[in-house]
Amino acid sequence: MTFTPEIINLIISVGFALSVVAFVAVFVLIAIWLERKISAHMQDRLGPMETGGWHGWLQTIADALKLLLKEDIIPQAADRPLFKLAPFIVFTGTMASFAVIPFGAHLIGSDLNIGVYYLVAVSSLVVIGILMAGWSSNNKWALYGAMRSAAQMVSYEIPIGLSLLVPIMLIGSMSMETLTNAQAGGFWKWTLFSHPPFAIIAFIIYFWASLAETNRTPFDIPEAESELVAGYHVEYSAMRFAMFFLSEYANMFVVSSVATALFLGGWYAPFRFLDVPIEVGVIWHNLAGLAWFSLKAILLVCIQMWLRWTLPRLRVDQLMHICWKIFLPFSFANVLLVSLWIVLK
Amino acid sequence: MTSDKWARLVPESEIMHGEKMVLQMGPQHPATHGVLRVELVTDGEMIVSATLHIGYLHRCFEKVCENMQWPQIVPYTDRLDYLASMNNNLGFVLGVEKLFGIEVSERVRIIRILVAELNRIASHLVAIGTYGLDIGAWTPFLLLFQAREHILDLFDELCGGRLLYNYIWIGGLSHDYPDGWLEKCREFIPYFKPKIPELNGLLSYNKIFVERLGGVAMMPADLCIKYGVTGPNLRGAGIKWDLRRNDPYGGYDDYEFDIPIGRGEIGTLGDCFDRYIVRVYEMEQSIRIVEQALDKLERTPRDDVQAAIPKTFAKVPAGELYFRTESPKGELGFYIVSDGKSKPQRIKCRAPSFCTLSALPQVAPGLLIADMVALIGSIDIVLGEVDR
Repeated sequence: MTFTPEIINLIISVGFALSVVAFVAVFVLIAIWLERKISAHMQDRLGPMETGGWHGWLQTIADALKLLLKEDIIPQAADRPLFKLAPFIVFTGTMASFAVIPFGAHLIGSDLNIGVYYLVAVSSLVVIGILMAGWSSNNKWALYGAMRSAAQMVSYEIPIGLSLLVPIMLIGSMSMETLTNAQAGGFWKWTLFSHPPFAIIAFIIYFWASLAETNRTPFDIPEAESELVAGYHVEYSAMRFAMFFLSEYANMFVVSSVATALFLGGWYAPFRFLDVPIEVGVIWHNLAGLAWFSLKAILLVCIQMWLRWTLPRLRVDQLMHICWKIFLPFSFANVLLVSLWIVLK
Repeated sequence: MTSDKWARLVPESEIMHGEKMVLQMGPQHPATHGVLRVELVTDGEMIVSATLHIGYLHRCFEKVCENMQWPQIVPYTDRLDYLASMNNNLGFVLGVEKLFGIEVSERVRIIRILVAELNRIASHLVAIGTYGLDIGAWTPFLLLFQAREHILDLFDELCGGRLLYNYIWIGGLSHDYPDGWLEKCREFIPYFKPKIPELNGLLSYNKIFVERLGGVAMMPADLCIKYGVTGPNLRGAGIKWDLRRNDPYGGYDDYEFDIPIGRGEIGTLGDCFDRYIVRVYEMEQSIRIVEQALDKLERTPRDDVQAAIPKTFAKVPAGELYFRTESPKGELGFYIVSDGKSKPQRIKCRAPSFCTLSALPQVAPGLLIADMVALIGSIDIVLGEVDR
């Protein structure tokens, strides 16, 4: 067998895809443990302390194993094919977004020239999965959760799209690599700081709207446990439930890494001297990039957790009010001002 | 559907009508605070009507009492409002003592008020904490339960029970307090006082929380009176009615405290926020009473707390009376009939949660499902008392 360039490319792609899956799985395990510890310390508790010895670091892995081994219950009245398919669609939507996330200088699955566009498109797949889950469960609470989720995510996609448009217009590209490379050379070059009023507004709108997109508090209306019991995944158990759970946390990372790539300088360090130049070695250059990127993204994830354990939950109409009457006009005005500024510059 | 003026918050013309759906909220729903089942007819997220189904926790309390000797009933009263057992004990025992003409010592009266007020704080802490949980705020819940834990530890040391105390007996108390217990009570006061501003900063005046509660699910004063709603829910509607002040019992007239009422701070008078905030302010007043009770206790010489307990209940005075006390949930009344035998002929319990709950179908139409959760949380019902 000869190694034609096509086969080598294929091997690299498969290898990258596998390592992304591994990265996501590890990240989710860490994030769930982190969330438990953060929430516990915010509430004067200790959180998991036993499993694995040091601060219960094995707890999530033990939980994941338990979920794997548990019986998979499908309600009799459920629409079986849809019920089985739904978690995979949610999972696929989330995982597909990772293809265009620039973890490091060369660590990107595929640098599409419409990267951001692709990302917004595939992350909309999640809504379909959630709607399917809610509908096929044949449970009224799940249906409510799904309907809320659909209304919420579809609405919030608009401010998200509009605020992502701001860095795209400022830099003039939709490719994730070009977008990140334009922010090289210290934190004052990051989109967030280099174009103060517009980018900051866009970033704030994006961050809040992304909380709604990932169904986190204060926008966790689709799964509001005190209202809808568990929302769209109320009938799911075992590994199917774990898929939803995994997607939720992976989604948190996706929205945070998009914010990192577009607003916070991607894999670049805040100061130039902290970057490992490519002359030292491609591997070190990329690893340092990965470290900076993950650090920024995880910081944003931690802010999401912090908000979750601090704020109460909004009501459906208030959520829509915020989206349509506050975020939307502001992001429209923002886009308009940016375009004017670009034209007049 | 009723056409009462408070039945609809949204005008009929503004509602888009779709197919109605019946939604069973409970009996295992996390927001119903126990085993309440509410049958909701919903139009989308909007509630058209609510029907209550109770009885999942029915224990035949009143019938059981007819087959129990007088002192044996006290533990059964514990189970009425299991978050404020001391107050239930107090209501029943004071009623029986009045009927039998038993006089207890001053010190016993002070201890009773002390534990009743501590338990009122504990009960309100649960009400407020779980309410925050209903609205989606996790952290205040644990903050408040920590304070409650403190009170439960005090009770544990006092009588060995953390939830069901059987502490206040006919003619006395089950135990005198151990040495050093009063000092521990004293320590609780400076620990607890800063918790209230902390709570107000964390939850009460949080923008989202206020938005969720202000102007939601009004229970106006006339509705409250019509349905016999009492306690913090009535005071939330702006009516200054507290039996500790209006019909003093057990020595409450010797204590200084204010009666907080709802002022319609955020939305309309009698909305969820008013009912919530009244409880917060009541805790402040209760801690004042606790302070005064501790001062009095330190001045009172120790005596036998069981001195006035009748040696036998074989022959008791015959008669009947209705005795009411202010439990944390409202007016807790006992109608006690004695025919002179060792067992009561009849005991009827007027449970505040039951009356409050009965007003719910009047308030529910026109609310969203999320508001329904806010409403059930704000009236602070305990199903042990509703079902009895």
